[in-house]
Amino acid sequence: MSKVIMTADDSASMRQMVSMTLKQAGYNVVEASDGKDALGKLNGVDMLITDLNMPNMDGIELIRQVRSKPEYKFMPIIMLTTESQDNKKMEGKAAGASGWIVKPFKPDQLIAVIQKVLR
Amino acid sequence: MSEINNNQFSEVFKQEAEELLINIEECVLDIENDPHDKDAVNRLFRAMHTIKGSGSMFGFDEIAKFTHHIETCLDEVRDGKVAINKDLIDLILASRDQIMAMLDGTNYDIQTNESIIAALQCLMGKPQETTTDHISGQSQTASSQSQLHKYQIHFDAPANIYNSGMDPILLLEELGEMGQCQIISNFSRIPSLENLDPESCYWSWQINLETNSSITAIKDVFIFVENQTDLTITEMPLDQNISASVEDLSITEMEVPKLGDLLIKKNIINHETLGKALDKQKSVHKRVGEILIEEGKVTKEEVEEVLNEQGQIKEKQSSVKQESVRVSSEKLDHLINLVGELVITQAQLTQISASHTIAELAKPAEEIERLTADLRDSILNIRMMPIGTQFNRFRRLVRDMSQELNKEIELVTCGAETEMDKTVIERLADPLVHLIRNSLDHGIESPEVRQAAGKPRGGTITLSAAHKGASVVITIHDDGKGLDKDKILAKAISKGMVAPDTELPEKEIYNFILAPGFSTAEAVTNISGRGVGMDVVKREIENLRGKVDLTSEKGKGTTITLTLPLTLAIIDGLLVDVDGDNYVIPVSMVEECLEMNQGIVALSDDRNLIQVRGELVPYIRLREIFNIPGAYQQIEEAVIVNCNDSRLGIVVDHIIGDHQTVIKSLGKMYKDITEISGATIMGNGNVALILDISGIMDTAKNNICCTCA
Repeated sequence: MSKVIMTADDSASMRQMVSMTLKQAGYNVVEASDGKDALGKLNGVDMLITDLNMPNMDGIELIRQVRSKPEYKFMPIIMLTTESQDNKKMEGKAAGASGWIVKPFKPDQLIAVIQKVLR
Repeated sequence: MSEINNNQFSEVFKQEAEELLINIEECVLDIENDPHDKDAVNRLFRAMHTIKGSGSMFGFDEIAKFTHHIETCLDEVRDGKVAINKDLIDLILASRDQIMAMLDGTNYDIQTNESIIAALQCLMGKPQETTTDHISGQSQTASSQSQLHKYQIHFDAPANIYNSGMDPILLLEELGEMGQCQIISNFSRIPSLENLDPESCYWSWQINLETNSSITAIKDVFIFVENQTDLTITEMPLDQNISASVEDLSITEMEVPKLGDLLIKKNIINHETLGKALDKQKSVHKRVGEILIEEGKVTKEEVEEVLNEQGQIKEKQSSVKQESVRVSSEKLDHLINLVGELVITQAQLTQISASHTIAELAKPAEEIERLTADLRDSILNIRMMPIGTQFNRFRRLVRDMSQELNKEIELVTCGAETEMDKTVIERLADPLVHLIRNSLDHGIESPEVRQAAGKPRGGTITLSAAHKGASVVITIHDDGKGLDKDKILAKAISKGMVAPDTELPEKEIYNFILAPGFSTAEAVTNISGRGVGMDVVKREIENLRGKVDLTSEKGKGTTITLTLPLTLAIIDGLLVDVDGDNYVIPVSMVEECLEMNQGIVALSDDRNLIQVRGELVPYIRLREIFNIPGAYQQIEEAVIVNCNDSRLGIVVDHIIGDHQTVIKSLGKMYKDITEISGATIMGNGNVALILDISGIMDTAKNNICCTCA
């Protein structure tokens, strides 16, 4: 059974791009348009790829909330972000993110990172 | 992943960016109203950020670069380092327009970019820095060095590594992919079982790696763990070969597992039991679960639990699909067309079933009728959009123009959630812009004049929308000086539109404004009086099968009311019959229907006039317009239509009745026929032409004039 990956991003084009890339790589995708939306759709998700800047609930808070749930304690979480600044990355890591990808990235880079953290 | 082509997303990005830009405009205007609106600042920042991020993803590098600077500035605004003032607002609005132009890609000036950036940096109190490209920094890129290196890596995984969702095995696998790799595990730290914390990592590894990649590429592998782990990488002299194997990541198709398989997986039953149950299932037509329970192999609770699990898997799969989709309106139009065909075929079916009185046929025919109606309604509903998207555009217009005109004008909107057909909304944009410009320029007076007249300095334009039956009513109200009746009348007289001594009702005088080439503005300003007049507005609204109404009170203001149909795809028509052919008259124009016997016709004495409730109304026979041969009926029927406040009787053989129908266009070939606006296909397969009442009015006027002369 292929893995279910959630992409949380308020940008529809980003979501579509990520989801298309993942689907072509054989993953199943759940899309969420912000942190709140993402929390509601977590059930059954094997991995989370989240943007940091989102309305309602931002990525950092989403990571924090997801990590606080025992069933997602070990789920890989990747931050998708334009902030190349270290402070955001560190904030995300402290919240429990597994890693990050800096925009812009190429689809195969995304897949490479996913394969890095997901089996 | 080469199949993923960025171009396919660039359209999506453009659409999204345009929406975001509208959002940005709203935010900026909100901030202007209330500089302390933290939420608006955050929304603004987020929107810019998304444009930057997605822009860089889909190859809009210029936009990304440009937006980066705005974002930097907004970040400072967010932190309170840069004050919100008019300059900033103007700059952000200007940059928003610039991004819009860049999206279009047609005529934008790169110089403008530079000047906006420079001005922003000036606001931030920074000397103009050379524009370093922050966004193209890519941590994942490996430098391509072809030289072979040998490294010895010592990786001591931190105990809490699992807590951030990392699996060190995967890192090792990645190293393995980089070249020849030998991994030696050190598990000496693993404690005895009773002390073992399964959530901790006790491993460390020594890796000998022979690869073309540079040391940075290796560090990149550990990028997500780097700062919390003990990692040493040493380059070794090349000597011996090392080998390692990499496990393939195989991903199988996701499918809902069968109940039996799940039961086996949970060790509740074995393959043999399941096989027997499946064999039995072939003869007794029961569910596997039921058979297993009957045979006492499993308990009811066990089956329920597994079914529950199965349900969750199904749900998980379906949740992937519960997203909204963007479709091109072309596809939607095609769908609507198909539904139109379906409605027609369904009508045929209903007719056939009614004429045959077969009970078996009647029921499905009725069911299909109901379903088709539902389907039609839902399809038409897809095209419905809240009108608010248009309304928001006007806030900017009003702001910019009132600054230009030195007026203090506020735009109040209500009913933004009113839904109507997307096409109607889009085609409404230009007329609305025109009307609002008019109100701004001619309607509302300058603050000084207003004050002198005892009114508040600031004027208000109210834009509202509401549903009213099957139509949407949009009103534009300003509290300005109102229309000058005498001036309009004088102008109309000077233009020869009306005889000098005519007494006209107020409404008719106002309606002159809607005539072509009519402008009372003394000078052509930047904003209005430039030729595109109210007549264009009127024509456009009428093309949308709507109408324009004007009311005004001197010194108090003007109200323009637009009444529009909810959708263009369907028309409520009155079906009439001439010589066995059917015609449709839009119900919105019909005032009343009456019978014309020969006595009434004789009364009019060949002047083609009939008396309707004490008023004389000219009439015309459809037979005459379309040159249909044959004698007039003994008793004809007349449909009194009203268009542009003038009335006309259209005489037909019979009135059949109300008929809601899907409009089909006649195609380019017939576009010059003014009397017909389209066609529809009847239940019996016949074509009925839809009459264009204003076209017929024109024809009738010419005809009547001819007979008069």
